[in-house]
Amino acid sequence: MGIIKAKDIVFEYIRRDEEGNVEGITRAVDDVSLDIEKGEFIAILGHNGSGKSTLAKHMNALLYPTEGTLWVDGKDTADAANTWDIRQSAGMVFQNPDNQIIGSIVEEDVGFGPENMGVPTDEIWERVGESLKAVGMYEYRKHSPNRLSGGQKQRVAIAGVVAMHPKCIIMDEPTAMLDPNGRKEVIRAARALNDVEKVTVILITHYMDEVIHADKVFVMDKGKVVMQGTPREIFSRVEELKELRLDVPQVTLLAYELKKAGLHLPDGILNTEELVKELWELS
Amino acid sequence: MIRDITLGQYYQADSPIHKMDPRVKLIGTICYIISLFLFRSLSAYAVATVFLFAVIHISKVPFRFITKGMKSIVILMTITVAFNLFLTPGDILVQFWRLKITRQGVEASGYMILRLTYLIIGSSLMTLTTTPNNLTDGMEKLLKPLSVVKVPVHEVAMMMSIALRFIPILLEETDKIMKAQMARGADFESGNLIQKARNLVPLLVPLFISAFRRANDLAMAMEARCYRGGEGRTKMKPLMYHRRDYCAYGTLFLYLAAIIAAGKWGPF
Repeated sequence: MGIIKAKDIVFEYIRRDEEGNVEGITRAVDDVSLDIEKGEFIAILGHNGSGKSTLAKHMNALLYPTEGTLWVDGKDTADAANTWDIRQSAGMVFQNPDNQIIGSIVEEDVGFGPENMGVPTDEIWERVGESLKAVGMYEYRKHSPNRLSGGQKQRVAIAGVVAMHPKCIIMDEPTAMLDPNGRKEVIRAARALNDVEKVTVILITHYMDEVIHADKVFVMDKGKVVMQGTPREIFSRVEELKELRLDVPQVTLLAYELKKAGLHLPDGILNTEELVKELWELS
Repeated sequence: MIRDITLGQYYQADSPIHKMDPRVKLIGTICYIISLFLFRSLSAYAVATVFLFAVIHISKVPFRFITKGMKSIVILMTITVAFNLFLTPGDILVQFWRLKITRQGVEASGYMILRLTYLIIGSSLMTLTTTPNNLTDGMEKLLKPLSVVKVPVHEVAMMMSIALRFIPILLEETDKIMKAQMARGADFESGNLIQKARNLVPLLVPLFISAFRRANDLAMAMEARCYRGGEGRTKMKPLMYHRRDYCAYGTLFLYLAAIIAAGKWGPF
């Protein structure tokens, strides 16, 4: 069993009117099964309202499945006794950088998680130093988070999770509120964590170009996992992705159109170099 | 930039007073304020003056920063002085119409001015040399015994420090909403007081909604990072007394002894 395993999970939101009568039931997550191995870089793609954030909150025991079971590191999330262990082994980074920083100095914020876990003071300092270095924010440790850029704040938030020594990190659209530079910073930090520290990373996003480095991609729509595979496999299905209102990276789209126009190109080209190489070989 | 404002009035400097444990400063300030009200003798105030100026000198805070706090209490001071001056019975010095100024009244108002001035200077010296977060930490630790009788000391301290962190963010947000509403034709300046208050509604409603949303997000982020109240929590920066703090307690004790001696047996 992998680090995160979901079996047929369903999550229903119950909508109520002002008197509290049930108006209707929305299935945010519908019969999802997945198995994530340790050390993988996973991307979950989906349009707004596809249920990807709801799924993410399940992995941190912030929500419990209505039906089915979800195991994090072998522990059932529905069992309240496991909640704190699960939150320690599966850290979570949220979308809005301002709303998840608790401390008023960068290093204090990174220390917040370990403080809650009851880690001794000396070790907290060690962990804070290490994790700030891991995301490249060590020089800013004495700064106020209010004066950092969005990308920097988000990296601080990641450091705050890393300091808890989790086995996997779930990032729930960490780049949605950032400018292009900030997005690059955050993705670079996430990849470095996965490469160097061997932390399992689950990146939830709707930016296609952020997922090309992932080991495995899940595409969600209306609460269901509709596609899964390597980025190359996913991106070779351009028509399906378009139907799901997801934008294919520009290079992939260009290669796809060229192929449709009659050039002999392979499916699922992910970056410019690849396309140049293939075009070169054609002539 | 609005995000740069520091709440309170912390003055950054490198002095022994700044480095002192916030608990010492809190206790010291309280003792100092009490000592001001114990005696009504010039010798006692001489001791209090010397002590105050010595501390100001050590703290390296410029004098004009300290007197800034005085402006806010000018009105209160005038009223208190007026009451003391005109309403104290005793030997009449000057009398116009029904207002009498007595010798005792002059004396009482003189002491009142001294007390209030020293009280404000003393307490603003504390806030000038201690960051708000440090102060919260100090209060949490000092009030810890109260948690035995179910006072949520840790929770209140946590709330205070979160509030301190979010004040600049909410201020910036207010500014943003204000501009957005002004761009849509809202008017925050003209009209009388009631109209002005009514005009604030389109500012306050979105501000409150966004504050609640933020609170919700923050609560989730805190839970995701294993926050479950003060129990079993360790501190990254635990408050610990150092040698200078014991010295400060010693000095405080000496000061109290001196002021009691001066008040009881002083020549004036």
